[in-house]
Formats: sequence, structure tokens, C-alpha cells
Amino acid sequence: MMELPLQGIVVLEFSQYLSGPSAGLRLADLGARVIKIERPKVGDAGRKLAIKNLWVDDSSLLFNTINRNKESFTANLKDDHDRELVKKLITKADVLIHNFRPGVMQKTGLDYDSVKAINPRLIYAEISGYGKEGPWKSKPGQDLLLQSMTGLAYTTGNGSNGPVPFGIAIADILSGAQLVQGIIAALIRRQKKGVGALIEISLMESLMDFQFELLTTYYTNDQQPERSNSNNGHPLLGAPYGVYQTSDGYIALAMMDIPALANAISCKKLEGFSNEQAFARRDEIKAILAEHLPSQTTGYWLDHLQGGGLWAMEVFDWEQMMNHDAYKALQMEQPLTVAGKEIITTRCPIRINGERLYSEKPAPKLGEHNEKVVRELVSGE
Amino acid sequence: MNLLKDILVIDFSQFLSGPSAALRLADMGAQVIKIEKPVTGDICRQLYVSDVMIEGESTIFHAINRNKQSYTADLKDADDLAKVKQLLAKADVMMHNFRPGVMERIGLDYETVKSINPGIVYAEVSGYGTEGPWKDLPGQDLLLQAASGLTWLSNNNNESPTPMGVAVVDIMAGTHIAQGILAALYKKGINGEGALIQVSMFESILDFQFEVLTCYYNDGNQLPVRSAINSGHAYVAAPYGIYRTKDNYIALAMTNIILLAELLQCEPLKHFIDSNDWFDKRDEIKEMLARHLIKDTAGHWLTILEKADIWCAPVLDYDELVKEEGYRILNMEITVKTSNGLSVKTTRCPIRVDGRILTSAKGAPVLGEDNEAIEKRFGLAKELQPVIKS
Repeated sequence: MMELPLQGIVVLEFSQYLSGPSAGLRLADLGARVIKIERPKVGDAGRKLAIKNLWVDDSSLLFNTINRNKESFTANLKDDHDRELVKKLITKADVLIHNFRPGVMQKTGLDYDSVKAINPRLIYAEISGYGKEGPWKSKPGQDLLLQSMTGLAYTTGNGSNGPVPFGIAIADILSGAQLVQGIIAALIRRQKKGVGALIEISLMESLMDFQFELLTTYYTNDQQPERSNSNNGHPLLGAPYGVYQTSDGYIALAMMDIPALANAISCKKLEGFSNEQAFARRDEIKAILAEHLPSQTTGYWLDHLQGGGLWAMEVFDWEQMMNHDAYKALQMEQPLTVAGKEIITTRCPIRINGERLYSEKPAPKLGEHNEKVVRELVSGE
Repeated sequence: MNLLKDILVIDFSQFLSGPSAALRLADMGAQVIKIEKPVTGDICRQLYVSDVMIEGESTIFHAINRNKQSYTADLKDADDLAKVKQLLAKADVMMHNFRPGVMERIGLDYETVKSINPGIVYAEVSGYGTEGPWKDLPGQDLLLQAASGLTWLSNNNNESPTPMGVAVVDIMAGTHIAQGILAALYKKGINGEGALIQVSMFESILDFQFEVLTCYYNDGNQLPVRSAINSGHAYVAAPYGIYRTKDNYIALAMTNIILLAELLQCEPLKHFIDSNDWFDKRDEIKEMLARHLIKDTAGHWLTILEKADIWCAPVLDYDELVKEEGYRILNMEITVKTSNGLSVKTTRCPIRVDGRILTSAKGAPVLGEDNEAIEKRFGLAKELQPVIKS
């Protein structure tokens, strides 16, 4: 096993649920030692948040997914003794991450200015919902709510649907990923200049960045992006961009030359259309395609389209995907043993020097590493 | 303030995945030089969206490529290739998102570049990885959404598979490659060694689904079922979703149904005292809620719910969003200027450093506009001179 790039970096994670912890997970997979600082008895609220009622020991499968490859240290931040211990840990740490609402860290005396005084080289990274000022600063930073408030729900689904949210926690995941970028960039500056940094991001800013293509187009033409009436794939893109039903499933068609498409699928009705009309007349073109494509199987169309170099793909569910050699070739699955049970999750998506990054270390039990952390980082053994 | 000051990035990538990563590096202080094909350049320059263009180029090209320089080189021409290699000898990072094999044919594969510059961080984004039956397929966003099961997670269950309407695969892959590049640069700062960093769009979009895929791996492989109406997340109980009211839409996240029933005075909901039913009978609950919420306005409901600290929000479109004080106070909009005097309004980097937002006034480069300055600055010569690494 190679030496991972962030080996030697100590991260204290005062975070719950997904946004902050997903950043901690990535740093851990890149080699950092990540220690979750959790409330005694209850810990990260994510421990009790299960989906489909799936549990591994007394923490949920979801918690075990997001928090593998970390350690757990319990401390009551309202207790003087515990807080002093945490401050000692902070003097030994390289990075601190939290995702509390604005003001919470101030109350415990662990805000950036206080912490900087005891460790000026610390990278202090925080995720908020809506930033630290303005009328929304105290609103709950929850993923669906952010999707709803940033216009994102009007990008997906058809024009005939109401607003359609993304079925994945995009704001949490993206803000966590971007926080990692800021943290490592700050570590690079520290290498050269010896200074720490305050890195901040909000779910709101992350989601606006996510929509930067749409927003720039909106700022330029002052028109709301419009989803197509049917088969919408992306509100800014012309026909055929979208997903279509076939006789045995669905097929995705990306951007392509309209006459070449008409020819490849032998669609007479489409023959009169030019590429210049792909956006202006996309509803018409899509309607023609939606009527034509159910006449044959996905496989039949793919042969005709991919054979001609046109951008098309079958629409898979996970079962179909996992049975395909293309999925197997990735070796994406990461087995873990937790409480005597084997569970499977996914590994880090980044490869270094040709190697995939695996880690067998499961998520920690609450307070599992209290003694070890004190011994190694506070007592200085 | 510039976290990545003095970092030189040579970027051969096109469209969105690679260039979005380079944009982030540029915003954090790196110098990014796009290497583009003469005459046409990055294909994204011609990818018009919504029939909107700026100076004959697409709006999205301007959004993705601000704060960068452009150097044109014909990589099939020996003289141009020699100059590019001299540039790579001085670079900290090289990036590309060509299909597997292309860089080998050109002679800019990792082994070759490493022999010129052993300290370089060589980063590549592919569609499906460098092996397996799909490795030569185009790495295009919608197609990856389709192949990875992602389209079965959004929208209501009676709707067709529904892609996410933003290029989420490109953006996640770009985010991941930037993470890998930065981690490798950090390590290089310790031991001076470069690295090969690889990300595929396929792995990135699986990682994006890590919570729900893990559920699928461990629940006996039960495929996700979207709720019949008001679908917000296939794995989350009622009321999670967006609801129509008398005037606008509102969003409701995870909430105690009994409490919600009381606050909204929705009698039929009060029967769902068993919290297991909030998932198992979510369609029934959502239907009752939908029928109830339509009776009054969004403002009416939100006032009641916000007071009780229930997780709720209005659903805004861009016209509504940009008028809000909560939007304006973030200062997310920036105006950049291109070398030919054109102003383009776009969004800034979302990361704040030491309490300050990161902005840059530099617009996207005109194709090849920096050739002369770059050749002069780096002393690029036609014949390949012996490269001596210091």
C-alpha cells in the first residue's frame, strides 16, 4: 500500500448528518486521521437516522456509510474539563470541521478567533446553510429546502410537472466536496507560508455554483430556463437531449446531429428538421421521437446510434448496472466488517498512481477511541 | 489570500468535467493555461445553449472558462508539441479528459510527461475508466446518468426515469479530480514527487449515490421505489417532498407527522401515530397532505410551520430568488471582462477564505490570446531542447 497524500494530517470533525461528515470521509480516504468529536451518550444525530430501517449494531447503516474510516471521541463541550481536553486536541490538530448553525461554536468558545489563538496553523472549516448574515442565516440548512430555494427544483422533470427535486442530497454532498477543496488548498498554503485559514461554504452558495451554467445564461438573457414539455434532460439543451421509452425499456439520447439521428433511426417525420431548430422546436422534435422510439428495442436503437458514433446509452437500474462487466471492472465495492457482520459500501472514487483507494476500517462506535486519542494526542505518548 | 499562488496548471480538457476543476483551481489562485486546438478550440466554445450566445460563443463556455489563459497548439505538429512539452516541464499540474489512448498516441501520456517532469501531478478524467467494455464510449453527462441507475431516483413513480437537469456527473467528477490534484500537490510539497490522479465519471456518479447504493447492496438488492406523488427522495418517509398550495409550492423535509397534523389542523393525518407508517404508508399520507395544503396559500402554511421550527421552505424560481435579500447578501454574482471588452455576468467561487469571497474580473480567453505572452514568459522554442530538471 502506498503512502496516502494526507498521511499525518489530523482532522477534528464536529459535524453531524451528511455535509460535514462527507468531507471528513474524503479526507480520511486520502490519508488523514479523522476524529469525530461527539456528544456523550447520543453522538452524531446521524447515528439514529436510518433509511429503510437498516441498522448495523445500534447505529444506522447510513451512519456507517458516511463515517467509515474515522475515530470517535466523546466530549461534552459544556463541561469545563472536557472542553479543556478538546482544546488540547485542537492544539495538535491540522483541520477542524463543523456544520453547526451560526453562533453555536461561539457559545462553546470554539469559534475561529478563539481557536486560532491556541493554534494559529489550524485550518478551520465550516459549512452553514445560508451563510452567516442576512435574513436566512438561522434557517435550517436542510438539503431539500435548499434545492427548493435556489431554483434547482425547476431544472428537473418536464414542463408539465411541478417542481421536481433531485432524489439525492446534492447540496450536502457538493458542499462537503467543495469544503475538501478549500481545506486542502489551505493546507498547501500553510506548507509555504506557515499560516492557518478560515474556510467557509454554505449549502446555498454550493447550489448556486452547481447551477453556474444555468445562472450565467439567465443573467445574460433574463429568461427563466424552461424544461421541455416531454423527455426533459436539461432545460438549456435542444432536442433530442432526454430519456425515451422503447419497446423494452428506456434509452438516453444526448446532443447529436438531427439529420444524422433521423437517418440512423429511419424516422421520416424528423427528416425536415435542421440542427438550427434543435432548441426552438425541441418540443415538436421530442414528441416525434417519443412516438417513434417505442417501435423497437433499446438494443436495436443502440446498434444504429452508437454504430454511427451518435451519443446514446441504455437506461439502467442498479440491478442491470451491477450485472454489467463495465460495473464489475470498476471494483467499486468496499466490504467492511462491523460488529461481526459484513456490510458492503462504495470506495473513494479517486485513483492515485493507478491504485484504487480501499479502506477496511468501519465507522467507530460512540467514544470508541477516547482512550487512544488522549494517549496519542494529549498525553503525547 | 491566494491559496494556490505560483501553481501552474496546464489544462488540455474540454467541455465541463475537467474545465470546471481547472476553474476552481484558478479561483483559488492557480495560473491555468488552456491548451486548445487552433481554429476551433475547446468544443464547448460552440456548444450554444437555449440559443443564447455571447460574442458568437456559448454562455456556458464563458461561465466555465473565466479566469484562464488560452494557448493554441496543434498537438500533431512536431514544433507545437515540442513547445507544449517545454511548458509541461515547468508545470505543477497537467489535466486532460480525452478518451483512453488519445494522449498515448499524441505522446503526452503519463510516463512520457513524467520523464520530462517527475514532479508533475498528472490528472485525467475519463468516462468509464481505462478498462472494461465501456472504456471507449463517450463520457457524456446524460449517458452516465442513464447507465448508473441515477434516473430512477427523482420524480414520481409513474413518471419515466428522470435525469437530473444539471450536468451533475461532470460537476461531481470535476470536484473529485480537483480534490485528488490538491491532495497530490500537498504531498508533493513534502517529498517533491508527482502523481497520477484518475477519476472516471462512472465512479464519481456511483460515489454520488453512496448512501442509497449502500442501502441497495445490503437490503437484499431491492430496487428503489419513488413515491407515487410529491416525491422528494425514494428512501425518505412522508412528508418529504414539494407540495402545491393555493398559490405557490412549498417544500417539507423530515417532520413528525403528528406534530404536522396538529399544526396544519389536518384531521385525517392524526391517525398515523405509528412512525413506521410514515414510510410504509407515505403515499397515503402525502395524498392527504396534498389535498389539505391546496386549500390555503404558501405564505399561510409557512408562517405556521416556521414558527414551530418545522423544516419547510418556499419553492423559488430564478426570478423570485434573485429578488430575495437572502440571495443578494451572498454577493454570488460577479461581472468578468474579456480581452475584447465584453462584460459577462456569472457566479463566483462558492468557497470563502479568511472571511473573504474569492473574485476575479478576468473573463474567458479569446482562442489563443495568450500564445505570445506565454512563449515569451516561458521561453518556448521550436526545437525540442534537452530538458534539464533542476
